[in-house]
Amino acid sequence: MSPKQITRRWFMEQCGVGLGSMALANLLVESGYASGADPLAPKQPQFPAKAKNVIFLFMAGGPSQIELFDYKPQLAKFDGTLPPADLLKGYRAAFINPNSKLLGPKFKFARYGQSGAQISELLPHTAKIVDDIAIVKSMVTDAFNHAPGQLLMNTGTMQFGRPSMGAWTVYGLGSESRDLPAFVVFSSGAKGPSGGDSCWGSGFLPTVYQGVQFRSAGDPILYLSNPKGVDRELQRDSLDAIGALNRGRLKTEGDPEIETRISAYEMAFRMQSSAPGMMDLSTEPKHVLEAYGAEPGKPSFANNCLLARRLVERGVRFVQLYHEAWDQHGALVRDLTKNCHDTDKACAALVQDLKQRGLLDHTLVVWGGEFGRTPMVQGGSDGRDHHPNAFTMWMAGGGVKPGIVMGESDELGFNVVKDKVHVHDLHGTILHLLGFDHTKLTFRFQGRDFRLTDVHGSVVNSLLA
Amino acid sequence: MHSGYVRLSFLATAFAAAALAQSRVDFARDIQPVFAKSCYACHSEKRQMAGLRLDSRASVLAKSVQPGKSAASELYRRVAGIGDQARMPMGGKLDPADIERVRQWIDQGAEWPESLAGARATHWGFTPPVRAAIPKGAASPIDAFILARLAKEGLKPAPEASRPTLLRRLSLDLTGLPPTPAEIDAFLRDTQPGAYERQVDRLLASPHYGERQARTWLDGARYADSDGFEKDKQRQVWFYRDWVINAFNRNMPYDRFIIEQIAGDLLPNATQDQIVATGFLRNAMTNEEGGIDPEQFRMEAMFDRMDAIGKGILGVTIQCAQCHNHKFDPLKQEEYYRMFAFLNDSHEANIAVYTPPEQMKRADILRETRELEGGLEHRTPDWADRMAQWEYTVRNPAAHWTIVRPEVDDISTGGQKYLPMEDGSFLAQGYAPTKHTVKLTVKTDLKNIAAFRLELLKDANLPRGGPGRSVDGTLALTEFRVEAAPASDPTKPVAVTIARATADVNPAETPLDPLYSDKSDRRRVTGPVTFAIDGKEETAWGIDSGPGDRNQPRKAVFNAAAPIANEGGVILTFYLKQNHGGWNSDDNQNNNLGRFRLSITSDPDAVADPLPANVRSIIAKPRAERTPAEQQAVFHYWRTTVPEWKPVNDRIAALWRDYPEGSTQLVYARRDTPRETHILARGDFLKPAALVTPGVPAFLNPLPAGDPPTRLTFAKWMVDRRSPTTARSFVNRLWQAYFGIGIVATAENFGTQAEAPSHPELLDWLAVEFMESGWDVKHMARLIVTSDAYKRSSAATPELTAQDPYNRLLARGPRFRVDAEVVRDIALAASGLLNGKVGGPSVFPPAPAFLFVAPASYSPKVWIESKGDEKYRRALYTFRYRSVPYPALQTFDAPNGETSCVRRGRSNTPLQALTLLNEPVFLDAARALATLTLREGGATDQQRFAYAFRRCTGRQPDASDGRVILPFLEKQKQRLRDGWLSALDLAGLDDAAKSALPKGATPVDAAAWTAVSRVLLNLDETITKE
Repeated sequence: MSPKQITRRWFMEQCGVGLGSMALANLLVESGYASGADPLAPKQPQFPAKAKNVIFLFMAGGPSQIELFDYKPQLAKFDGTLPPADLLKGYRAAFINPNSKLLGPKFKFARYGQSGAQISELLPHTAKIVDDIAIVKSMVTDAFNHAPGQLLMNTGTMQFGRPSMGAWTVYGLGSESRDLPAFVVFSSGAKGPSGGDSCWGSGFLPTVYQGVQFRSAGDPILYLSNPKGVDRELQRDSLDAIGALNRGRLKTEGDPEIETRISAYEMAFRMQSSAPGMMDLSTEPKHVLEAYGAEPGKPSFANNCLLARRLVERGVRFVQLYHEAWDQHGALVRDLTKNCHDTDKACAALVQDLKQRGLLDHTLVVWGGEFGRTPMVQGGSDGRDHHPNAFTMWMAGGGVKPGIVMGESDELGFNVVKDKVHVHDLHGTILHLLGFDHTKLTFRFQGRDFRLTDVHGSVVNSLLA
Repeated sequence: MHSGYVRLSFLATAFAAAALAQSRVDFARDIQPVFAKSCYACHSEKRQMAGLRLDSRASVLAKSVQPGKSAASELYRRVAGIGDQARMPMGGKLDPADIERVRQWIDQGAEWPESLAGARATHWGFTPPVRAAIPKGAASPIDAFILARLAKEGLKPAPEASRPTLLRRLSLDLTGLPPTPAEIDAFLRDTQPGAYERQVDRLLASPHYGERQARTWLDGARYADSDGFEKDKQRQVWFYRDWVINAFNRNMPYDRFIIEQIAGDLLPNATQDQIVATGFLRNAMTNEEGGIDPEQFRMEAMFDRMDAIGKGILGVTIQCAQCHNHKFDPLKQEEYYRMFAFLNDSHEANIAVYTPPEQMKRADILRETRELEGGLEHRTPDWADRMAQWEYTVRNPAAHWTIVRPEVDDISTGGQKYLPMEDGSFLAQGYAPTKHTVKLTVKTDLKNIAAFRLELLKDANLPRGGPGRSVDGTLALTEFRVEAAPASDPTKPVAVTIARATADVNPAETPLDPLYSDKSDRRRVTGPVTFAIDGKEETAWGIDSGPGDRNQPRKAVFNAAAPIANEGGVILTFYLKQNHGGWNSDDNQNNNLGRFRLSITSDPDAVADPLPANVRSIIAKPRAERTPAEQQAVFHYWRTTVPEWKPVNDRIAALWRDYPEGSTQLVYARRDTPRETHILARGDFLKPAALVTPGVPAFLNPLPAGDPPTRLTFAKWMVDRRSPTTARSFVNRLWQAYFGIGIVATAENFGTQAEAPSHPELLDWLAVEFMESGWDVKHMARLIVTSDAYKRSSAATPELTAQDPYNRLLARGPRFRVDAEVVRDIALAASGLLNGKVGGPSVFPPAPAFLFVAPASYSPKVWIESKGDEKYRRALYTFRYRSVPYPALQTFDAPNGETSCVRRGRSNTPLQALTLLNEPVFLDAARALATLTLREGGATDQQRFAYAFRRCTGRQPDASDGRVILPFLEKQKQRLRDGWLSALDLAGLDDAAKSALPKGATPVDAAAWTAVSRVLLNLDETITKE
């Protein structure tokens, strides 16, 4: 064991990383100041847990729960009428006058699986996995604009500068991968995430915990390829020369940070050889490609789902796929149809594939966006505004109870009436599934112990298997 | 594993020993912070679980501590877990070192100074610093304090670093650039006493000094070149960045430096520079995504300003008190909002700013205009009478106008917010669509409505003050339409035929600027006001009459073909079509109205008043009451109406055509009408509670007596000599920049939760010295870098590493990887590529294009790669998009400007390796260093290696370094010659570059040296300050 590992372990044992008592030593280690410590070393959670990895399918823009999961026959009945006035008290909408006419669901629903979950005709593939997933129809959030909403869903606050869920997870558990980043982000869809880079940022946590954006075409990681004119042998020779000179310096300076740099270069070299292979979907059997709807070389959400599975197989802790396409202020019917066509099959295939490979047990899959959409119409009759009071998400694997539907919204889909799950509760639950008491996974910053759930959140026990 | 355990226990013991070696425990330094951090939550002012208050000496001594007897003291037994009572603190444990300190403190007599005895005893950080007695034994007080501590710990200081290392350290710290070999040689040759001090003076005088210091400051000032949030549009704030650079270079006293950034605009006769300085307060982000409530995000920006002041200036984290009283520090929520009130009363203004040459040009134009106007006056002795006559003829604007206050149809706004103002106008805010037609409806009882007036008004919150919302403060009105319906039957609106339109500005037909291209192939134009009633989508009324005159209030009048005669009231619906924006609503491409007002009249002959609004109001005054400047303003307009003065008028108009475009800068500006500040319940802007007046927290210094409650007073209060934290916070940040860790490790927080200072007396001595020197920043820098502590060798023995792993005691010199920008600058400087130009607009070095388009970025962002050596400007000048940080800087922990950051992380990752190895600009640097080495490095490979190595690390290579590199070089040459590698590819040689190779050098040489240079630029030593 190298000295840096020793110091590292000592700090972990003596100071209880993440247990709220950050000593100075710890502060320095975690900020990357401590000589030679490896902040990504694998760590044990606070208690035994099933989930070791997370795949978060972030449906950015705010998918319409009313058209996808939360069937509202009464809303159809009241289509074209104004919502009850007392429902709107204190309600703020982004674009519409809240006192706009109700709009009935645009698609048909049916019951599926043993759970009998009601699923829209737009999601024929998700319908096939309802017994593997837990559908939460009672999500609420505080935000009704995209950037703040995405930040809240990712970091537990609408303010910038806080660590994302993925960063907290890697901070808590470290990395199992020696040649890939611990937290990987993909993006597909018509736009990028509204919250930008901060959706997967490390906030005040050390920057090593931030998500690394992968591209699904070209170099997956920035600057992964050698420059033109540098072949693998030259790269190897160069690393050997760099390593040799660095080792020489280590001898005179005695700074363990040099040793960390030497291993970082070696890991970079390993990344160079393993990442392209990981990204190469042409090695997947045809039936797998077809199940996802993935096509090697053609960037898509489906490809990203398949890549997510491959990353998890290789020990990547947290994978987040953004698909920014769900902001249907207008063209609700056309665009939802397209979005579901682009994502439904791959989401279902991912869950099935993970299950088949025995990965689902320790991989938590989460599907959802930053908020839902209004039961009221925006524009003529084919759009909905942002709606924070009730929306739907689903989770699968990693210790989540399969085949359940929890929570209810009212008959119009406006407010949650049963088993409300706030974003903070979702976060607390995700951390619980990963083996953390969300009140005790903390980081001291500005004189205060911060956590993903701030001062809120409780674990949703009915979601646990 | 076995040996691992052995070493583990050794290290643990060694560390614990080091931590506890100090002989006497100091209550204020060692114990009170532990209480505050781990115990106050349950045992202080708010709650007294078990009746115990750990912030009260009486309470502690009465109940839990028997001085001299730790074993019998409840406090120690509880924290150490002795006995069967619950261990404290609940749910956790104190750090073993802290437990040990509690034990020692009790056994040493539980000394608790009187000054700290009261409940909420005064925290060291909130007591103004005083100079402690300087220990004997060193010339420099800094060294005296440090050596005294080392002696106490039984540690010996390391010897001084070698001269090349020292000069490199000094250069990197003071200028952020490595020394050139020539500079090192000069230093080595200077054997006279004072050689080092001469280097210090030289570097402090370098214009690059300001750049380096500015970067550190800009972290705390959360500087970036874009708005943040979803749209993350470009903004112009580089004048502020340059102001910071210049302030450091001119060694502006720090108190002045703060006052100008908080309230420069309020200083008497504020200069452009002083106004620009308030950009500090404007580096907050702006959310212009669709559907936002602008007031909500104005409040977010206010919170951000407070946070930046707290962390960056006061060194106190005040953010918590946004929602509730601070849990640990004695800051009440009300006090937070009282400070907030100082800042709340301001406009988020956007002004035109001019570089010094542009300012000269403007001054010339104004002077020549005045001279020409003076000439007219001189040649026309009766000009005053003639002007008075003219005034008489125009004294009455013909029409009487009634301002209307219509309702805005929410769906018609395209997501833009139309904020109704007191004067009946609307201010456009929030999301800015590039195409929309706003629908405004009003009921009026005015009879025989014959004309409509649209006034375009200025507003400080608009770009360049407006009146439009485009980046230039201009606008384009595609079409103006009105419908009228009888009040009795609103469902029957009839279009009003507009027969005629007049305006006080009617520019010639001009094609739309490419900025507003909508990717159609239509020829879209702006021009006279008739373009707004021609029914054509392509034409619009524009107001741009040139850079000197474009940001003026304007008006247009539209006359109905026949009066609207509905008895019993009319419902008027105005449609203001604004379709002359560009294709991308997520960029700065709108051409919308900024602030405007609608009026109606029954006067059928109404026309747009040709007189500018200011002239109209001046001539309403008797001449005797006018100032000379006002009289001049009237003349300035009147002369344009005098036909025989056309030649001179034309000359003046020609002058103004050369008026500089300038740039813009976001600044803070005082509002004329005050804005009330309320406490916000839980920080929610929708829940205003009690009204508060401006004020400061009781635990900090009082406001200067007798000063008015203005932002300027607030600024002066921050840098009051009595402030306990301001000076400490800044000297600590300086220390942190040089030594890697501050004397207080938590640079952003000197409150009760702060880490205790490693050298409290030194910190206070520095703080007092700083203030007494007149807040002289260069003086403080000089004091620190000339100390022996700073000059020590950074080489560490294993024992020293074990005993003091973070070098808090400073027995050795600092050694750490340099900041992101310096990593880049070292490569540019070592390779000779660096373009050392100081200041100016931000630049766009090569970056991966995919980052700036969806799905990586929310929407397309402009990144037009800079040309020529602009690519190789210092990293400080790289354009910073908040949502898409420049990857080569982000990877090395550069903050992205979302929040104030006074302490960067310092990671060491594989992505950094990939960046240094493969990123294009670093590759350019390797190639350039190869060429330079071949040209100037000497005749032999050994000499060349030494040359290149020195450029990267500052020192001569060791023989062992050569034994690695020279065979590497030979091998690559051979592989190149054998065709395994392409020399042209590796060295990046096109035909031009090939012919520009140094004499005698072959492409194989260039390529092989590129490989060597790439290795050298990747060395840990190259990117580390030793």
